[in-house]
This record gives sequence, structure tokens and C-alpha cells, in this order.
Amino acid sequence: MAVVELSFTPLPGHVRTARLIATAIARRADVEPDIVDEIRLAVGEACSRAVRLHQSHGEARPIRLTLSVDQGRFEVVVIDAVPDDDSRGPVEDVDLSDLSVEDSDDGSMSARIGLAVIVGLVDSVEVIPHPAGGTEVHMSWPSGDVRRDTVLAAEA
Amino acid sequence: MDLSLSTRTEGDRTVVVVGGEIDVYTAPKLREQLIDLVSNGNYHLVVDMEGVDFLDSTGLGVLVGGLKRVRAHEGSLRLVCAQERILKIFRITGLTKVFPIHSSVEEALAATD
Repeated sequence: MAVVELSFTPLPGHVRTARLIATAIARRADVEPDIVDEIRLAVGEACSRAVRLHQSHGEARPIRLTLSVDQGRFEVVVIDAVPDDDSRGPVEDVDLSDLSVEDSDDGSMSARIGLAVIVGLVDSVEVIPHPAGGTEVHMSWPSGDVRRDTVLAAEA
Repeated sequence: MDLSLSTRTEGDRTVVVVGGEIDVYTAPKLREQLIDLVSNGNYHLVVDMEGVDFLDSTGLGVLVGGLKRVRAHEGSLRLVCAQERILKIFRITGLTKVFPIHSSVEEALAATD
């Protein structure tokens, strides 16, 4: 199993760094180009969420990202270190019909849109508590290996 | 520069040309631009996103904020975007129902409210 780990200070400028690394690894894993676009967006959303949480809780510890390819899946885990996270739990459908200007000014609208994007985009997503405190957002997609596995199985 | 912004006047509309990536780091710059335009009395905006490579929820939040601000002055905010991968995020969030989205600046300028 190939693993890359990234750890970054919770600053908005580093979210792009995380996106770039995730897309580079996804391409190496032969992930379909359309899915690479989804990964770019989803990783960006999960990291933006983590940055927002760290900043609003005055948490200076780094955000961690692990990227791995295993058995036909490309998996990304974004780990934040915020001890009390109200948004933890099952990721449900997000209702955006009552958005207002006030929400956009304090970022909570973006937080809700961010969750809606992740839910709508990601093949498989789970938000679970991290053993050392904080939250892990697990996201995964099929990697190029799946196609090869499927073809080989069909030919067998 | 991750995000480029420029504006021009077209009749009673203001076209805001955006280029590059709109994310949590660069979105505040777009937000400030939209706030400046509205506080200077520009209530009919066309945001040209043809040169945008990336848009996330922070960017969407800024656009929604801009839309609400101009509407408070009976104004309008139209988007220009023909790129499928950018349109996708509007579709996923249902915001295609909220924003008028045009495939060219000409089309956006010709549209009436």
C-alpha cells in the first residue's frame, strides 16, 4: 500500500498545497480524469473545513492528510485536531434553501455548502472521531487498478 | 497570483472578470471587490468566470453573498461560465436555480431581469 502523508499549519494558503498533492497522487494511481477533478474539489473542501475549524477554535496544531492507494481504491483522510466539533457525525443531506447574506459573512454558509459538496461528490465518505481528539474525514474513490482488476476477472 | 480580477463598465452593467482559482485563500479578494462595487452604486453585475480554473464552496458563498447584496438594491448578478467542471459544483449544490448562468458575456449583457 502506497502512502503519502502531509501535515500543514491551519492556514487557508495551504489548502491549495493539499489539493495539488492529492491530484498528483491520484493521477499516478491512474484515476479517471473526471474523478481527479472531484478529488481536487473534495480534498479542498475537507481541508478548508479543517482550517475553518482550527481557526475558529484557536487551534494552531497542524492538519494532517494521508493519501493511499490500496486494492483499487484511492483513499484520502483529512484529520483535524479540534476537540469539540459540533459538525461531527453522519454526513447528511444539507439543505441550502435558507442561505442569507449574514451566513456568507461569517463563513457558516460556506461551511454548509462545503459539506453539501463533499456529500454530493464523493463516492464514499465517513466522518469519524479521531482517537487522539479531533475528526477524521475519510473519502475514497476507485483508482485505475479497479478497471484492470475487472478486466482480468472478466477474462478469467 | 492565484486570482486575477478586473472590472469594466458595459452600459449600466459592470463586468467583473475573474481568473485563476477561487478558494478559501483567494475568495476574500473577490468578496471585497463585490462589496466595493455595490457600495459604489454598481448594482447590476456580470461575473465572467470563463478564466476560472477552480471554484469551491468558499467561492460559492462569496457569490451568494454578492447576489444577496445587489438584490437588496433591486440589482442583479449574472454569471458567465461554460466550463462543465465549474458548472458541476453549482449543480451539486442546487445553486443553478439561484444564479442566472450564461455561456457568454454578450448573452449575459443582453439578458433582461
